[in-house]
Order: sequence, then structure tokens, then C-alpha cells
Amino acid sequence: MNRELKRVSIVVMLMFVALLSSTSVVQAFQADNLSADPRNTRTLYDSYQVERGAILVAGDPIAQSMPADDDLKFLRTYTNPELYAPITGYIPINGEPTGLESALNAELTGNSNSQFFDKISALVTGQDPKGAAVEVTIDPVAQQAAWDALGDYTGSVVVTEPATGRILAMVSKPSFNPNLLTVHNNAEVAASYEALLADENDPLINRAIRSLNPPGSVFKLVVTTAALESGSYTPESTFPNPTVYTAPGTTSRIENSSGGTCGAGETVTLATALRLSCNIPFAELGVELGDTAIRETAEKFGFNSSFNIPMTVSESVYPRGLDDPQTAQSAFGQYDVQATPLQMAMVSGAIANGGVSMAPNLVQEILAPNLSAIETFEPVERGRVMSEETAATLTAMMINGVQDGAASNARIDGVDVAGKTGTAQNGSTDPFTLWFTGFAPANDPQYAITVLVENGGGMGQTGFGNLLAAPVAQKVLEAVLNK
Amino acid sequence: MSKASALTARPATEPVHRLHLPQKLRNLELFLLLIACFINASAVVLVQLGALGELDPTLVLLGAGLSALVISLHIVLRFVARDADPFILPIATLLNGIGIAMIYRIDIADKESGWESAAVRQTVWSALAIFCAILVLLVIRNHRVLFRYTYIAGLVGVLLLFLPLVPGLGQEISGARVWIRVGSFGTFQPGEIAKIALAVFFAGYLVRNRDSLSMVGKKILGARFPRFRDLGPILVVWALSMSVIIFQRDLGTALLYFGLFLVMLYLATGRLSWVILGMGLFLGGALIASQTLNYVNGRFTNWLDALNPAVYDAKGGSFQLVQGLFGLAKGGLLGTGWGQGRPEITPVPQSDYIIASLGEELGLAGIFAILALYLLFVARGFRIGFAGQDDFGKLLAVGLAFVVALQCFIVIGGVTRVIPLTGLTTPFLAAGGSSLVANWIIAALLLRLSDTVRNQPRLVV
Repeated sequence: MNRELKRVSIVVMLMFVALLSSTSVVQAFQADNLSADPRNTRTLYDSYQVERGAILVAGDPIAQSMPADDDLKFLRTYTNPELYAPITGYIPINGEPTGLESALNAELTGNSNSQFFDKISALVTGQDPKGAAVEVTIDPVAQQAAWDALGDYTGSVVVTEPATGRILAMVSKPSFNPNLLTVHNNAEVAASYEALLADENDPLINRAIRSLNPPGSVFKLVVTTAALESGSYTPESTFPNPTVYTAPGTTSRIENSSGGTCGAGETVTLATALRLSCNIPFAELGVELGDTAIRETAEKFGFNSSFNIPMTVSESVYPRGLDDPQTAQSAFGQYDVQATPLQMAMVSGAIANGGVSMAPNLVQEILAPNLSAIETFEPVERGRVMSEETAATLTAMMINGVQDGAASNARIDGVDVAGKTGTAQNGSTDPFTLWFTGFAPANDPQYAITVLVENGGGMGQTGFGNLLAAPVAQKVLEAVLNK
Repeated sequence: MSKASALTARPATEPVHRLHLPQKLRNLELFLLLIACFINASAVVLVQLGALGELDPTLVLLGAGLSALVISLHIVLRFVARDADPFILPIATLLNGIGIAMIYRIDIADKESGWESAAVRQTVWSALAIFCAILVLLVIRNHRVLFRYTYIAGLVGVLLLFLPLVPGLGQEISGARVWIRVGSFGTFQPGEIAKIALAVFFAGYLVRNRDSLSMVGKKILGARFPRFRDLGPILVVWALSMSVIIFQRDLGTALLYFGLFLVMLYLATGRLSWVILGMGLFLGGALIASQTLNYVNGRFTNWLDALNPAVYDAKGGSFQLVQGLFGLAKGGLLGTGWGQGRPEITPVPQSDYIIASLGEELGLAGIFAILALYLLFVARGFRIGFAGQDDFGKLLAVGLAFVVALQCFIVIGGVTRVIPLTGLTTPFLAAGGSSLVANWIIAALLLRLSDTVRNQPRLVV
């Protein structure tokens, strides 16, 4: 019987090995994921037991935990709530946090892996545990200017620093007051939340990183990059200049937004086409380049991938496998091409940065309770999108667009602004989506800016990018350049 | 085996096998027991400091009473089982005490006190259980007595198992019908006691009939299978298990009994084909049950797709399982410390989920320690099996030890998603009187068996 007994012992041993492994997997390897699960109320309760770290803009808190008299000990309070709501997000007592409150929850609560030893030392010294503070890259002047300039439009303004990818302003309108969602009263929170959710303008959505719109003419920057980088085109390359264009294999007609030709003459140069933002030459160029070349360039700019800034940015789309008519439409940012404002800011940013795309980032530093930096975020290169030469050529073309072209309303006295407007269609009767993307000063780019105005800016199909979006950019750039 | 027989041939004073000297064994046991009692007392104190922030003497008094009772069991051993294994009693004491500390901790969170307090009830049940263990040791002076009662044990086992199905007596709790109501005293799970009776029956029956069961019949697919006419017993036990699944809706208990029978059958006959056949039968049955019985199907879905929001939110879904995982994750490597976690968020944190509660507050390190204690307990039982001289004693010891191991595996494996979750108590730890009484009786039987193994000259039964 002992031979059998030995085998049964091995089976028992295996059973215990299975238990040792399964508990290890749950408690060691899956623990982080399980703690991050929004259904995990333990994490939520814990997050109220420690003083959650503040979110700081230029050293001033925009979100902080104030002592409260109830069980939860702290009340999360937001300063300048609507201005900064897309950045901070909010952390409700019973639900999922959003924005940085969600993306940096571990750091803010003091539970990130890099804070492990601080936690242990706090345990030993008997201090109350405290979360880390987060300093964001936002420039308060730029943020306020963007907020003011966007006025009552539904839309977004994103300002970045081209050389580093740091996000200096991120405004989304309409906004909301996160303080309404952090009160320690479930019923009140639910009522406020329901009201915000029911609002047809979606104030809870951070349009800068979540709103996908057809980019329209601002996408021509991507197509022009693809053309110049192919080596087969220069700004002086010419295209036939009809009033109506029909792509091969289709009967659907493409017209310029003016309804006529693109300037005078039988042919039109690439430079003129971009400056006046004509559709027909770009449709022709798109078909000649082919959808693969355009898609590859778009992907170098960041299309078809998602980013964490550390909030997750929705993936901007340049579709695969387009036929010629679809490519023709896509070449001026229509058909199924979609972009977030941040993605367009990355396009301008890469051109401004001599062709190198920087990873966009919202967080400057994670600060321990004693204000020593736990983690500092250095600029990260995403990769080179185009040669320096191409970047310089494009910049010159964009300067022309502002000085003497379709983006004239972004002009600033004494400073060269490089820019491109866009007026995108959303179906035959829906209001246009209006864009501006560009940077200044053009010879030494400090600020890249993208403006998105949704819903036609209240003007249905009569508004256009230069009328509504370009002036917003101009005001913001003036404010930050005069700082 | 040879060592044991050699020992009996020598005068007891000769210091050759030092641990085998009864005096030394019992002193070692006392030493370990005192450590166990100290750990248990510390646990209760830490719970009070952690969860209450102050010391409350009432439960300390109860704990002291329990320690006294355990020490008296130790003294009984000094008289009636001087050669008993010195590790079994301290391990059982430690597990029992840690369980009480955790149950007490959850009482504090739920603001229960007095007779409503599960910890007070658990302490009283522990006292009763240890008293039963003393009785077993006093009454059963030689385990072979049990061999005579093989069939009565079998009958008692089956009756106990199906007692909860008697109308008016049975009590259904969270879907399973495995409890009976005992006046105002509370509920009792007779199935827990049944496992001992069935272990005795299986051991006796198998020793008697091993020859015919060892005969082989046809060779199918390279393996020799038993003769068709010998399939009776396994089919009966299988039918019994299936009826537990169907009528009592208790997957865990069915698995426990069937697993126990299979292992004992294998030990008695040495035929792997029985195991293959049995596992095939059980898996087939479970598969059919998972297709036809909603609750079994639900258990499988919860197991495989626990984190899916639809499964999580469903009635009878994976909410409890996932909350347990959250608790374990919260504990991490070192745990939050006694009284510092939130085990009360998980449903039934003091019984089925006590291991998740312990994992939350004591961490992976604590779980490993507890698993090591169980493994050691089971290993002591198996040791008796290896060293035993009579097949009935060997089979019984291994069966009882295996039932503890399997029960740990089913419940802890269920909590940590090794297997589908089924309601069973964690031996010695979980709140529940019947489980405590049964496990302390198992401890007493193992103590008795270990004593006889060391005392008896070689005998063939």
C-alpha cells in the first residue's frame, strides 16, 4: 500500500502547490490590476483614508483634499473647477474616477510602486500616509487664454510645446464643475451626474483627447508631408486645375470650397493649393500618392495609435485599404478620416519641431509629501516624421497660408504664424466642424496650437475655419507670446 | 515501520530514538501548544488594537478558557495516548485560534456582540469540539474497535448526509440544503460528521473487499479495467454524490466524498483504473449537471468569467468571488495587519471566505503559513499511513488526512479560482460548529491512530 500512498502524497503535494501558486498569482501578480478595478471599493475607501495628493498647476493646487468632518475624512475640492475639469477629471465617492484622478490614482493615493519604500518608512515612523502631489505641464496663462478665446463655442483648444511635447493648455467646452460630483452624498452626486450625462453637449467629455471629428483641410498638412517626403514632389509641382474633379472609377464629384478653380491658370502648384486650401489638387495628389503612402505618414504623426498622456487619448483614424475615390476624399480629411484635437496638435508640433514628433505629455513631476520629486517626466521622442528640410518647406508654406491665404485670421503683427485651417463636412446637412492648427513664432516655434470648434460654431454650414477657429488661435497665441 | 518495531523491542529508557520517547513527545507537544496559544492570544490582542484601538478583556478571558481546555486535552493525551503525534494538537489549536481571531475581527466590523457574536459562538463550539475530541480519545482506546462498526458507520454516514432532506428538519441556506435546525441552538451541518463515518466505513469496507476489487477484467485502450460485477460500490458512491449535487445542491460536499472514496479505493486496491473510471464518472456527472442544473452552470460561469461585468452583476453571479479576490489583492504580500483591512466587504467573510479575509489582513505570507500548517497536519496523517501496521488503520488515517487536504483544496482553490467555487468550510478556521466538531474528532482519531502505530507490534488484520 505504501507505493500507492507515496503517489497520493504527491497528489496532495500538487494540490497544495496549486494553492500556493494561485494565492501568489492573486496576491502578487494580479494584485495591481485587481486594486485598479473600478469595482474595488476597498481601493476607494482607502483612497479616502490617506490624504490624497494635490494636482498642481505652476505650484498652485487645482485639486486638493480638504479635511472633512465625516467618515471619509477628506473632501476632494477643485479650484477653478470648470477651467481645469478636462485635466483633473473627478473622483466620486461611489464610482469611477476620470481624468488625472483616474490615470494617476496610484500615485495620488500613495500606492504606486515607486512609493513603496515611502509607505514602509511612513509605517515605521508612524506618520499618517499621504499621497503624492502631481505637477502638471499646464501653463496657467495659456490655459486661461484658451478658455477665454474659445468663448461659447463647443470645442477644444490644445496648446503644446513643440520641442518637448508638454501640453501647456487643454480646454474643452462646455465644461462642468467636478466639485458637484465629489460631495459625500450619493444622491446628490447621482443627480448631478445624471444631469451632466443628459446634457446634449456632453460636458463630461474631454474633447481635446476624446472627440473624433473629420479633420478636413488641416489633414492636408499630412498629405503634403507625404508628398514632399516621397521625393517626387516639391511645392512647385503642378496639378490640373478644373472646377470639378471626378476620381477614377466613380461618378461622385469633388469641388473646391470656393466652387471655382484653385486660383487662375490651367494648372496649380502644391504651394498654392495648400495656401488657398483647395480640394481638387489634393484629391488628385492623394490618388497619385496612393492610400498606403498617406496612411504611413499619418501613422508616423500618430494616427491609428492611442497614447497615454497619462489619460488615454482616443485613436485618430486613417482607414486601411481605401480605393481611389475614397483616397481622393481622404486626401482633404473627409471620408472616414478622424482626428482628435491633440492629434492635430501633434501634427503641427512635429512640423514645428523640425520633423521630430514628441510624445504628448501632461505630467511634469510626481512630488512626495516632502515635495521631493519621486518621478520627473523627461521629453520622449516618438520618432522622426519628416526630414528637417521638409519641415522647413512646410513651415514656409504654412506661413504663406496665414499671411496671404485661407488662414489669414490667425495673423499677428510682428510675429510669423504658421497655420492651416479646416472646415470639415459631417454629412450633407449637419453643421461643419471647424479647425485651426499651427504654431508661432514660425522661425523659433514655442507654441503649437490646435483649435476645434464643433457644431459649426453655431453657424451651421455657413461658418468656416478661418472665420471662427483661426481668431481663437490668434487670441491665444497673442496672449502667450506677450506674456 | 522497522524503527517502530525496533523501539518496542528496546527498553523505553534507552535514548536511541529520542523523539519516540513518550515523555519527550508530550513535552514537545506542550511546548508547541504554548506557542500556539501565545500566537492566538496575540492575534486577538492585535485585532482589538487594530480594529477597536483599545483592549477589551472579555474575549481574552474566553481565549484563556479555550487554552485551558486544549491543555487539558494535552493532559488527557499524557495518560491515554502517550505516543501520539506531537504536532497534530498544536496545529489544530493554532488554526482554530487564528480562525476565532478573524471571526472576532469581522464581528467588530459588523458591530456584533454577545450571543449574536459569531466569535463567541465559535469559541463555545470550539470548547464543545475539543470536549468531543477528549471523549473520542477516552472512549476509543484502540482504533480497531471502529473496524467492527464498519457497516453501522456507513449507515450513519448516509443517514447524516441525507438528514437535511427530511422535511421540517432541513434548512436551506443560500441555495444549498445541507443544514438541519437544532432547536434554538442554531444550525448544524450533519454532512461534516458524515465524512468521518464514511471514512471509517470506506476503510473497513475496502479492507474487507479489496481482493475482489483488485481483480482485473478486460483491457481497454491499454488500461486494465475492473470486472463489471465489481462496479457496484463505486456506482453506489457515485449515485450518492450525484444525489447530493441534485437534491442538496452542494457541489463541494459531493466532490469531497467522491474524492475521498476514490483515493481510499486506490490505496486499497492499487488499481489506477479505478481512479480513471471514477474521475470519468464524476466529470461526466458534473458536466451533465452543469448543463442541466442552473446553480452548477452558474458556478462554472462565475469561475471562468468572473471579472465580466455581466457575470459580476448577475444574481448569484461572481460578486462574492471577485470581492474575495479584491480582498486578497488588497492584502498583497504582507497584508494590511490584523484589524486594518476591510474583509467585511466580502459576503460571508467569516465562513466560506475566511481564507480571503485572512489573506487580506495577513497577506500572502500569512496564507503560506496557514497552507504550511495544513500541509504539515496532512503530512502527519500520511505519516501514520506510512508507518502503520494494519491496513484498516493505515487507510483510515490517510483517508481522514486526505479529507482535510481535499477540503482545503476545494474551498481555497474555489476562492482563488483554481476550481469553481463551492461552499465548504475551511477546516478549523471557518465559523461553523459542525465543521469544528468534525475536524477536532478527526484530530482526535489521528492522535489515537498515531499512538497505536507507535505502540503496537506488527499485526496483520
